[in-house]
Amino acid sequence: MKKKSVKTLATAVAALFVFQSAQAGDITGKVTVKGNVPANKTFAMDPMCGKLHKVNKHEMPFYVVSKDGGLADTVVMLQLTGKSTGASAAPAELDQVNCFYTPYVTAIQTGQTLKVKNSDPLMHNVHPTPRSAGNKEQNIAQPFKGMVNDFKFEKAEKFLRFKCDVHPWMFSYVTVADNPYIAVTDKDGNFTIKNVPDGEYTIEAIHRKVHPKLEGATQKVKVSGGAKVNFEFEVK
Amino acid sequence: MKSDLKFQPWLHRYAVLCAVVTLGLIGLGGLLTSKEAGMAVPDWPTTYGYNMFLFPVEMWTGGIFYEHAHRLYASGVGFLTIGLMVWFFIKEPRKWMKWLGAAALLLVIIQGVLGGLRVTMFKAEIGIFHGALAQLFLALLAALALFTSRWWMEGKRESLPKLSNRWTPFMIAISVMIFVQLMLGAMMRHAHVGLAVPDFPLAYGQVWPDTSEAALEEINQQRMDVVHDGNVFYDEPLTPYHIHVHMVHRIGALLIFASILTFAVKTFRQMGAKHPVARMAAVWFGLICIQAGLGMATVLFNKPADVATLHVVTGAVALVFGILTSICVKRMENQWLGMGSQSSSRTSQGPAAEPVTA
Repeated sequence: MKKKSVKTLATAVAALFVFQSAQAGDITGKVTVKGNVPANKTFAMDPMCGKLHKVNKHEMPFYVVSKDGGLADTVVMLQLTGKSTGASAAPAELDQVNCFYTPYVTAIQTGQTLKVKNSDPLMHNVHPTPRSAGNKEQNIAQPFKGMVNDFKFEKAEKFLRFKCDVHPWMFSYVTVADNPYIAVTDKDGNFTIKNVPDGEYTIEAIHRKVHPKLEGATQKVKVSGGAKVNFEFEVK
Repeated sequence: MKSDLKFQPWLHRYAVLCAVVTLGLIGLGGLLTSKEAGMAVPDWPTTYGYNMFLFPVEMWTGGIFYEHAHRLYASGVGFLTIGLMVWFFIKEPRKWMKWLGAAALLLVIIQGVLGGLRVTMFKAEIGIFHGALAQLFLALLAALALFTSRWWMEGKRESLPKLSNRWTPFMIAISVMIFVQLMLGAMMRHAHVGLAVPDFPLAYGQVWPDTSEAALEEINQQRMDVVHDGNVFYDEPLTPYHIHVHMVHRIGALLIFASILTFAVKTFRQMGAKHPVARMAAVWFGLICIQAGLGMATVLFNKPADVATLHVVTGAVALVFGILTSICVKRMENQWLGMGSQSSSRTSQGPAAEPVTA
């Protein structure tokens, strides 16, 4: 009797797994850019931060483009509202390393915790400057290495800026979505949005420089156990 | 009663010191805003949790240096102002001077609180008000320095230069225009968008720039993340508000320039180049020329922090000069043109009506 119960349970779990696999999948793709992509602007850090680098000449990572045109730091997300699982999601992380925010572009959900860390042996302040009325501007001191502060945002917002006023070149942009189906392209322009339920959606890809009005390119996508979507931007 | 008035050289020197040091504070505030470091110290009145007077020097790095130096310097101005008020209450026989000393202390306290609230409440509007009030505080201290001067206290009324016309309404009007102009400047600086119009004398190649949605989109596309003065980056998009404030500031500059030029030409023609009022007008015009040049340089060289800061300081000097010379000319008018219908009631009250000891 006991053996039969275990067998039934195993069958049920396997069936559920198969069922789930059929009901959800990953959206993968690549974002590329062509045209007149401007060169990134360069700058030197102040002496304190400059000491952390062998060469004190740096680029602002406005456009990070791979050899085949893959565009990094593009946020790709489904246009869904009210689907956030941020409250139960694992915290996202944003670090300050060698006087740079790392990563430069992040994506989180509404209500999700964002842990911001200072890994530098010097002082930073963490200053999110949201545009959305529902998100709160804060300015937190992080004078010592290893300090971590938690941030949460309740309203969806594209490219919510974090800045350090001590070091005026330090910016990071956090896109807050109202659903978990969001990703940021890697250095080659590739992205994966995981576990998207089957269905038809509008998917948006947005890059802070390519879309200064914060209205990204959109496509319709039909997910059936996964889907593949590519975006190609043009800079004039 | 008025025979009690006696020039106190050290009190006068101290009042001058207060005014000069305050001008430096305005300069430091301007530099701080130019460096976009106003929020580099997130807490107030503490500094990164430290008592601000005990904040270790080795931690004064990056933008913290400008913000913390501004706070300490401002505290110094606060202490100097307390000293001035106390000195007035002990040694100054004129009652209205005691009250002006108290007003100065009240203003500097309000200024300190406003500066702190701008940081803790994240309100750029408070920063604009903070900048504007700083100009009035400086003007008050400069006036106190004038009222404690030997010329004011012991100068003979009969020796005042003669006047045949009233100039003060015109001078006060110009001073008000300069104050409004300084407020417009503060609005531009506290918008934190860098230069809203990057060319001069035209604006985006036009007499009046197109601020339609399409034009702004193109402008913002071209100007995003301007590298400025080393490594200050501005990444906020421009709105029509930013461009209009900038353009009104240019028109204001033109009006002030024309007004002071008119004032200078008229005083030269009517009283000759050697008359003190004509000389004051010439100096004022010179200041405005320098100020206009600094404004142009701010645009043409993409808002370098030192030039932009000098522009703030010279603007403050032009305002204070206008106010002080207005007071002086008013004194001449009172002597040679009469004080008007309310003269008898004002004789012992206001600074403009203060009789000169014979």
